[in-house]
Amino acid sequence: MQTPLKTTLSINGTRHEIEGDARLTLLDALRDHLGLTGSKKGCDHGQCGACTVLLNGRRVNSCLTLLCMHDGDEVTTIEGLGTPDTPSDLQRAFVDRDGMQCGYCTPGQICSATAMIEEIRQGWPSHASEGLEGEVAPTPAEIAERMSGNLCRCGCYPNIVDAIADVIAEEGP
Amino acid sequence: MNRHHKMDSADRQNRLDGMAQGLIGTDVPRPDGMAKATGTATYAAEERREGMLHGVLVRATVPGGRVADVDTDALAKALGDDVTVITDARLLQVPAQGTDGKAPPQGPDLVHYVGQPLALVVAPSFEVARHGARLLGIRYEGGEEGHFDPEDDATPTELRDKKTVDIGDLDAAMAKAAHSVDAVWRTPGHVSAAMEPHAAVAWWEGEHLTVRSALQMLKFNRDELADALGIPAENVRLLAPFVGGGFGSKLGISHEAVGAAIAARQLGRPVRVVLSRQQVFEAVMRRSETRQHLRLCADEEGRLTGIGHDCLVSNLPGQDFAEPVIQGSRFAYAAPNRHLSLRLARVNRTCAGSVRAPGEAVGLTALENAMDELAEAIGIDPVELRLRNVPEEDPTDGKPFSSMMMAEVLREGARRFDWQRRNPIPALRREGDPRREWLRGMGMSLLVRGNILDEAEARVRLLPAEDGAPVRAEVETDMTDIGTGSYAVLSQIAAEMLGLPMERVTTRLGDSALPPSPGSGGSWGAGSSGSSVYLACLELRTRLARALGCDEGELTLRDGQATGGNHSRPLAELLDGGTIEAVGHIEPGKTAKERRQATYGAQFAEVEVSRHTGEVRVRRMLGVFAAGRILNSRTARSQCLGGMTFGIGMALSEELEHDPRDGHLVNRDFAGYHIPVNADVPQLEVHLMEERDPWANPMQSKGIGELGICGAAAAITNAIHNATGARVRDYPATPDRVLAAMAVAN
Repeated sequence: MQTPLKTTLSINGTRHEIEGDARLTLLDALRDHLGLTGSKKGCDHGQCGACTVLLNGRRVNSCLTLLCMHDGDEVTTIEGLGTPDTPSDLQRAFVDRDGMQCGYCTPGQICSATAMIEEIRQGWPSHASEGLEGEVAPTPAEIAERMSGNLCRCGCYPNIVDAIADVIAEEGP
Repeated sequence: MNRHHKMDSADRQNRLDGMAQGLIGTDVPRPDGMAKATGTATYAAEERREGMLHGVLVRATVPGGRVADVDTDALAKALGDDVTVITDARLLQVPAQGTDGKAPPQGPDLVHYVGQPLALVVAPSFEVARHGARLLGIRYEGGEEGHFDPEDDATPTELRDKKTVDIGDLDAAMAKAAHSVDAVWRTPGHVSAAMEPHAAVAWWEGEHLTVRSALQMLKFNRDELADALGIPAENVRLLAPFVGGGFGSKLGISHEAVGAAIAARQLGRPVRVVLSRQQVFEAVMRRSETRQHLRLCADEEGRLTGIGHDCLVSNLPGQDFAEPVIQGSRFAYAAPNRHLSLRLARVNRTCAGSVRAPGEAVGLTALENAMDELAEAIGIDPVELRLRNVPEEDPTDGKPFSSMMMAEVLREGARRFDWQRRNPIPALRREGDPRREWLRGMGMSLLVRGNILDEAEARVRLLPAEDGAPVRAEVETDMTDIGTGSYAVLSQIAAEMLGLPMERVTTRLGDSALPPSPGSGGSWGAGSSGSSVYLACLELRTRLARALGCDEGELTLRDGQATGGNHSRPLAELLDGGTIEAVGHIEPGKTAKERRQATYGAQFAEVEVSRHTGEVRVRRMLGVFAAGRILNSRTARSQCLGGMTFGIGMALSEELEHDPRDGHLVNRDFAGYHIPVNADVPQLEVHLMEERDPWANPMQSKGIGELGICGAAAAITNAIHNATGARVRDYPATPDRVLAAMAVAN
């Protein structure tokens, strides 16, 4: 048997000390050890994005990284972005635009979009951008390109793009 | 008291249109939306039970033979006593087919395909169970025989002769036709690829088993699981309040539920089994690949004189399911001569079963490509060709249509898409300048899907005002919401019928202890379960009318106020502190046999194709749909978006690849099987048309969940032709195939 490893990290602003198998992924630690089941496992191979969380402010596939690599890190999950009573703007917009059907990819989409909006604000270019320099215009093509790491089989992409565009329009660039 | 209705005649009462709350048909948001957006909606694998163990299934690495020996030495040496290996004879060979209601073939010692689960390794943690599954040594014997290619001459096939349609003389019609098309199309295997992998958490209390599961049809699933385990169905309870997508893949019980139940019994603790994504691909249902020989012939004016559709599909030996490719060709177009047939090849590949819109999804696609080719041969507009062939009755059995909107969706779609701008000459032939890389083209297709009503029950309860809270209602059924919008639609029906705002209706779903429904599948969910909710509400309305002193027909319920026959009283007063409840029970009847019931759509796509690489980008896509009364325009639209997106995948990227040597699935995850991503899908446009179908059900609605995929891919491949002149008849239209077809065409 493997000797358990102890990892200390901050999750949604709360300090957690988790003892687990060295092979324990960040995703399984969240879901199975802490009961933060908002982060979903769709493929366990970094191919679908359902497990997307924010790691020190940047979006990552939490299934592709081991818990024991994250001593001292700060993780934000869907539960940390908002609750049914106090949802984030994106969570509200996804409901308003029906940016979900089965809902399984939805937390990953919203975590991903949260970080993605910040990437646009910081001027990170993408394949869909006009150029490498200057401000990025949040066009539907730009949003779609940047959200393409998050698969949705129900076919909510147009609604997801609309939901994100609504939030960008409300909050300004 | 309860309300039963058998659909033996058309419903001309149209009671829903007489309601006053103003909710039905509107774009009410899903009541479950915020739970999903905040991650508080929990799915099967998220059930947490004290002392829960974790199971991982072990797959066959050969396509046949039997398991001679299971060697646990290496596993025991590495992992000790914490790990249990289960090779129970009740483990499934394949999942159950939709609505089977009995156990599928069992016995893991006989192997039929690579990837078949053979054993379950159970351990205190997922990491250890997964490790153990890798260490299990399985020795096989025999199994040299096997067939892996459905089109190989040596592969046994059987004609599904009950499906054959043979009207008139198609060969003669072809021979003397003014115009004809005679070609072969192929579609590869597809998978549902629901985002939630199959999962089950099972626990026992005495003789009673509860399974938190990812399933679409609990009524059937409970019987299937009980039969598989050899226990009475009343000892089984299934819970599935949230299901992360289905598209057919969760119609029947599968390996995880049976494995978890057996292990939990044996070990006396709750057990969770979740399929890996690779296991979902290779051990759950695939849509069969198809070979489709289409023959169309028409007179000078473009009136079809004959339709031939002869198809080959495949499945495992012994499986009855055969992808019903020719289903839509029975009635899509009028033609005096018709030959339709379906042949089933027996191959050792992953079991074939229902994937979103079995039959029409692939059958209409090829038919609609053939229609595009015919329009070109005749030299008339593709929309016009279809309009000239609208059937007046079901051309195969002569039944009248219940209601049909084929011409309307075609005309409305053409108008909204500005179809008249399309130049019938492919762009590549018009634009000689090779410096211009992207060629633009427009294509369209007709969509059809048969409509089904199935037996369903639901209980509706009207609860009195209590502690300052107003009167509210509860809806209960074992129906599931797999993303389709059942929570929204069933709440909406009850709110409309009982005159309550949406937020005062709570719907409970996904518990096999609740009144039985046919579940989610075949696009029958909202129509069937919705009708049972409607009937229960009608019974409650009758009782409320009596209390008020009027007939139900005179009763108006709105915002908690009852009005009728010169009386007006709050519901709270009528209930007088008591709860009333009723069970609604709908049954299909004569209307299913007396009328051809179908839904119609027309899709239009504009694509750009790179003349140098063959890459295709969908720039614009419109779907116009008619499916009877639309119950919720928001969730209905989302269903259509989903179908259209599936269509983009089918057209351009989705393809199961099997190794010809042993049939194993080569691309068994999302890295190799490409479902559309966000950037592949433009801002799709959906338009829903007004229709009422009194023959379908008392709400006059029809199913819409699958319509969007039934021919969608053809709109795109027809647009590729309009851009490049290329006819891609082997799906999907990947760049290599587009380039090759362009070379042939030009």
